[in-house]
Amino acid sequence: MTSVWDRVEPLLWHVEKPARYIGGEDGSYRDDKGDGAVRWLLAYPDTYEIGLPNQGLQILYGILNERDDAAAERTYAPWSDMEAAMRAASVPLFSVESTRPAGEFDVLAFNLSAELTYTNVLNMLDLAGIPLRTSERLAGDTIVLAGGHCTYNPEPLADFLDAIVLGDGEEVVGELNDVVSEWLATPAARRSRRDLHVALARTEGVYVPSLYTPRFEGGALVGYDVDEEAPATVDKRTVADLGEWPYPRAQLVPLTEVVHDRLNVEVFRGCTRGCRFCQAGMITRPVRERPKEQVLEMVRSGIERTGYDEVALTSLSTADFSGIGDVVAAITDPEEGCREVAVSLPSLRVDAFTVATAASIQQVRRTGLTFAPEGGTWRMRRVINKLISDEDLYAAVDAAFSQGWRRVKLYFLIGLPTERDEDVIAIARLAANCVERGRAHTSKASVTASVGGFVPKANTPFQWHEMDSPNELRRKVAMLRQEARATRGLEIRWHDPDATAAEGIVSRGDRRIGAVIERVWRDGGTFQEWSERFALDRWEAALSAEGLDLVSTALRAHAKDEVLPWSHLSAGLHPDFLWGDYESSLNAEGLEDCRWTPCYDCGACTTYGIEHVVAATSPPAGGSQGTGQGLDLSGPVTVALGTTRR
Amino acid sequence: MSGADAGLSSPALELPERLRLRYVKLGRVRFTSQRDLARLMERAMRRASLPLRRSSGFSPRPLLSFGLALPTGCSSRAEYLDLRLDGASTTTPGIRVVDSVQVDAASLDRLCALLSAMLPEGIDVTAAAALHGPEMSLQEAVASCDWELEVLGVGPAEAAGRVERLLGADAVMVTRERKGREVADDLRPSILSLRVADRPARVLDGLGEVVGLDASLSTRPRGVRPGELCRALGDQVTLLGACRTHQWMENEDRTVRAEPLSAAGVACVGLPARTEVLGG
Repeated sequence: MTSVWDRVEPLLWHVEKPARYIGGEDGSYRDDKGDGAVRWLLAYPDTYEIGLPNQGLQILYGILNERDDAAAERTYAPWSDMEAAMRAASVPLFSVESTRPAGEFDVLAFNLSAELTYTNVLNMLDLAGIPLRTSERLAGDTIVLAGGHCTYNPEPLADFLDAIVLGDGEEVVGELNDVVSEWLATPAARRSRRDLHVALARTEGVYVPSLYTPRFEGGALVGYDVDEEAPATVDKRTVADLGEWPYPRAQLVPLTEVVHDRLNVEVFRGCTRGCRFCQAGMITRPVRERPKEQVLEMVRSGIERTGYDEVALTSLSTADFSGIGDVVAAITDPEEGCREVAVSLPSLRVDAFTVATAASIQQVRRTGLTFAPEGGTWRMRRVINKLISDEDLYAAVDAAFSQGWRRVKLYFLIGLPTERDEDVIAIARLAANCVERGRAHTSKASVTASVGGFVPKANTPFQWHEMDSPNELRRKVAMLRQEARATRGLEIRWHDPDATAAEGIVSRGDRRIGAVIERVWRDGGTFQEWSERFALDRWEAALSAEGLDLVSTALRAHAKDEVLPWSHLSAGLHPDFLWGDYESSLNAEGLEDCRWTPCYDCGACTTYGIEHVVAATSPPAGGSQGTGQGLDLSGPVTVALGTTRR
Repeated sequence: MSGADAGLSSPALELPERLRLRYVKLGRVRFTSQRDLARLMERAMRRASLPLRRSSGFSPRPLLSFGLALPTGCSSRAEYLDLRLDGASTTTPGIRVVDSVQVDAASLDRLCALLSAMLPEGIDVTAAAALHGPEMSLQEAVASCDWELEVLGVGPAEAAGRVERLLGADAVMVTRERKGREVADDLRPSILSLRVADRPARVLDGLGEVVGLDASLSTRPRGVRPGELCRALGDQVTLLGACRTHQWMENEDRTVRAEPLSAAGVACVGLPARTEVLGG
């Protein structure tokens, strides 16, 4: 393969943040494998600083490069200035390690973590010189794969991807390497794309869109014609024991600043709190904790190797990790722990105990603390199964302000099922009460309430539910701002309702959305995650050019017996469970966390013969929700503040 | 394994409380910014277990003081960094903070090797020395820098003509945006010398002939960036590469100059005395 560095170098003088394009990270891989190895190019379809920290990509990077028969490099979406310079100089998309053209790799594999990056996927394929559509690719063309959370409805990108992996990638990536390796070993004249697709489809957890043809009647999806070589339903892959996969072993340390610029150690995967809006929680079940000793070892060796002074213990709800207090204490121990290391716990649970843990580790910079009650009223929170009472939140906020924090940030969703105006207004009241509680501790107390529009996602109980139009979301935001105006120290922030609508199109749409994405991309609509680059007009124009509209592709409700675009793709959750949970939600009935209560057979464990891996045999203080109370608000349990080390 | 532990078999590193390092920044890593560089240095020093002294206050930072910022994209064979170690720190096995007169050359050499191993490819610490007594910060002390530039767009003869015209001009005005307002500056007083270099010519595929320039640029009345100098040479001239080869400290009448830390590890603090006598 050839390096295009000589042609890239002169461009770097004239672009913003040239360090995005030079690689050189500690932990990066230098290809020294022979001709037999499969060459992978792992791609994140956003800028380097957003994509580099992605742990999924780094895990696969490590696993592949440890193999003798695989070699992986990385690439990211060039920012618009670099893209223009590359196009003007006919420089193709290239890897950051060896500056080799993307089209010379055997496999180009995208991580799909955010739907609005899809136009960047097309742009990167185009920059790579790889035919956009699977149907246009020949035997010699690069194989285009994708994985990540968005793949539970991959239909909008299905025309552009040879194969899509559902679920955990640790095991399947090796199997894919074997399939590709075997296919590449066939003489080019005798190999066909079809053979490759069939071989890929025989791999568990791999969805090959070309073998599934959607059938439409009267503008509605009525089913898929499934090729006889492909399974009717594709099930996700699940790693049974996270302890067997201590990756990334050598986290990449970038030369330039990136988001989450710190050591990240995943302490568990999966979450069974059962928040009904949360796709991540639904598709990653069951809970699989990493052994505590392994967490400590990964932190210790990672800090020594990287020189970082901060480690994040990551998961969907890190306060739920069995013995989290002990782990934090061991890391910060002045004698036995890591020197001068700050520990951060993203995704805090809303309770006083969690605040106490946070207080014990953030001795110095107590600037802001974030909680996510998500709904404004207890009724709303029972609908979404985020079982936090007002009192839980107040206790957490009290604890935060009393421990020296001066700013609290609250996350909320609007446009939730069954939402009434009073639920929206309650967000402002709840936040105003938090300000008032803060004032008791500091006159500088401030609260920011961030509201996002809800998008019902695939493989969640709300997948059938309608979503609010941008105008309806705007009306609610206006109402909220009006209500919040009277409170000094309360700031309302909101996500652009237009962007929420576009996210609805690409996460709820069917295969016809592929052409829409292509139109938006051809119209210059790259980097749609970036507000300054986003305009809904582009999306609506593209929909209308394809004879589609926002309501039918994104906003409308689906009937129980309707074929959903993702009906043939399973995260293990029984459709009956999802529907039942949806009905419970409409009755504002909560559901316990099954980690510590009897199984209600959602399917995530039973379908695949696996179980929770949780060290603690009892729930956290305060019942299965860990918030100090049961489902009915009766008999709240008082949670004492833990002692904080000073 | 941390840096200091790596050499357990060798005697403890004995380092002074105040240190000046000289380092190079070459190759791809030159596209990192000064801010990136500061973070890289901090991480390398933590990996080497150097007991860095920290600022006091709300969010303590290590006391590292960098000299003149190197523009992103420029390489350098002569960068400097001053740092302070915490003599009271007892947490670092393998490193002892000692009085500067006790520091031996072997410890300083080992420090250079240790840090170079912890730094990314292209950044190497080439010399280290103890600092003592009051001295100016690197920012204040450095009076001029020498540069080797590579430009594209015009041939050597045309470049020589443009250089001659530029040096003959009374003023070389450039404008830049500052706090939202357009400010005009005269670069001419800062251009101490400029000439077409007699390095062997090379031709880049599709881009044409590369012309080398040697420049000596004063930091006062204001520093000149290589990119600005190229633009001052007129249309078509674009910068391909720039390498800072020297930074000079000078006495007040510019008759004597010295590097803040020579490649041989001799530190110069304050105004130079008689290290090198200039032509004037």
